Amino acid sequence: MWKEFVDYLTVELLGLSGRLNDAINFFIYDVIKIWFLLLSIVFVVSYLRTHFNTEYVRAYLQGKSEFAGNVLAALFGIITPFCSCSAIPLFLGFIQARIPLGVTFSFLISAPLNNEIAIAMLFGIFGWKITAIYIGFGLLVAIFGGYFIGRMKLEKYILLDVKPMEGELDEVKIKLSFKERVKEAKEYTLDIFRKIYLYVMIGVGVGAFIHGYIPADFIAKYAGGDNPFAVIIAVLMGIPMYSNAAGVMPLVEVLTSKGMLLGTALSFMMAVTALSLPEAMILKKILHIRLIGLFFGIVGLGIIGVGYLFNAIL
Amino acid sequence: MKIEVLGTGCAKCKALEEVAKEAISKLEGFHSVEKVEDIMKIMEYGVVSTPALVVDGEVKSTGKLLNVDEVLKILKN
Repeated sequence: MWKEFVDYLTVELLGLSGRLNDAINFFIYDVIKIWFLLLSIVFVVSYLRTHFNTEYVRAYLQGKSEFAGNVLAALFGIITPFCSCSAIPLFLGFIQARIPLGVTFSFLISAPLNNEIAIAMLFGIFGWKITAIYIGFGLLVAIFGGYFIGRMKLEKYILLDVKPMEGELDEVKIKLSFKERVKEAKEYTLDIFRKIYLYVMIGVGVGAFIHGYIPADFIAKYAGGDNPFAVIIAVLMGIPMYSNAAGVMPLVEVLTSKGMLLGTALSFMMAVTALSLPEAMILKKILHIRLIGLFFGIVGLGIIGVGYLFNAIL
Repeated sequence: MKIEVLGTGCAKCKALEEVAKEAISKLEGFHSVEKVEDIMKIMEYGVVSTPALVVDGEVKSTGKLLNVDEVLKILKN
């Protein structure tokens, strides 16, 4: 219905046609659709998270067996908030609660990978199937990435001496009413929206230009099935783009519609969210560079694996 | 009241310190705002997401930047 309305607007009311119509129609359609989905998905996730803050997750994960811990930590990563500036207290707090290093990493991989902005963007751009595949493979990378890091006995690379606490954690309980939760979710959603709406417009704008003006074979030649290194290049390119996930994803849509393979796109998007340079810099204060290297290496390989697997299946 | 803002130095943590200072200026009586940046001290409060607001040793909020009204509401309770 939304599509028909935008068609009516650009063709009938504005009298556009041809490539210009393609580009503008695509722009209006996508920007409004993504804005709408961002607002609604971020709102739902931030409402849910008023029930599951990170302190709660930590108390819950305490004392869970290793593999079950990895799975639960990855799942919690979907709804808990994560900002790379609180990576250190989070990391140390988990270790302090005797949560195994591998389980901590499962959470640390999953939380940014499955963040609500990335999920909302994916849902708006690619639909629920690709979003489900992204979350599913994202969880696998987080579970097994964390599991392998846990197996490698890397505790010696934590530079600060954290005293494990005795006994069970007291839960930090903060009681909120339904109204307060809704208010909090609303404010958080608007805050996020104010930060990224422009990136969405720019991303879709550049995408609309490519959509209308750059021929498909140009992109297919570099990012399509003929280039065996496409997935690896995509992952390397994704690492420095963390802060702009909202602007990058609309571009990915256009690239796939012009012949970039979906696995390559999936790997790229995972690299954008999961491998963040600022986060690595922050963690370097408390972790040996070797551990950070292994963390990036294992997650990077996992993501590359997902890309090739996906390209091979489809 | 002794108000502590826990944070490792990110932008949100600094902002919460400012908000807390503004909030106590609107209250009567003597109150202090202290910024706690030592990660080990933050750990002792059981906080894993910063910024956090602690009033007289009790954790009142974690992982979010409150506004002045919200801080006032917490302080008045």
